[in-house]
Amino acid sequence: MKLVYFSWVRERIGVPEEERDLPDSIHIVADLIEWLIGHGENYAYAFENAQTVRVAIDKKHVPHDAPIGNAREIAFFPPMTGG
Amino acid sequence: MARIIVQSAAFDIAAEITRMADEAGTDCGAIVTFTGLCRSEKGALTALELEHYPGMAEEEIGRIAKIAEDRWPLDAVTIIHRYGKITPGEGIVLVLVASAHRAAAFEAAEFMMDYLKTHAPFWKKEHRTDGQEGSWVEAHNRDDVALGRWQD
Repeated sequence: MKLVYFSWVRERIGVPEEERDLPDSIHIVADLIEWLIGHGENYAYAFENAQTVRVAIDKKHVPHDAPIGNAREIAFFPPMTGG
Repeated sequence: MARIIVQSAAFDIAAEITRMADEAGTDCGAIVTFTGLCRSEKGALTALELEHYPGMAEEEIGRIAKIAEDRWPLDAVTIIHRYGKITPGEGIVLVLVASAHRAAAFEAAEFMMDYLKTHAPFWKKEHRTDGQEGSWVEAHNRDDVALGRWQD
């Protein structure tokens, strides 16, 4: 699974993207966030207010209770500030 | 079909209006344009640096334009959003909407900007005049409120 990060989520985690083999116990986005938090202080910092972090699966916005299914790419980023 | 462009280069507003007028044809009675500019915040900033999610930025802006095209009778839509380092006074985003009458064009342009602010994957980082590390611009609750006006 390709995970990509943007803005301060990227800065806190320390890499723009990575490949991860996800365990079968991960069903929804919130499970994945919980699992990532267990991988180090950088992840814990990025997701310290997990509810503010937005998520996209295969480049479409999804809520934290969205199933991961056969996703190819999951992105994590702060609320957007374009325009 | 909307013309969606995500680029680092500056855009030419006059050229885009001319292009749209040609494309929209002689039954088009109104072209509305909106240009979002980089502010200096009273001299505090030397630039804004826009990060974006390549691929999703174009797709999401396309979804936004499609919603507007389904909701209003539009002849043409162009949205150009820049990324990279942008200095005060330069354009960040350009929205053009053509329609037979101005009401639909104004409304659709405002709707797309409200939607784009909260849904298009771009993030602004400040570059400060005083040399200190700039921070990421925080999203405003007022942008969510603005979007809420269109949900009825």
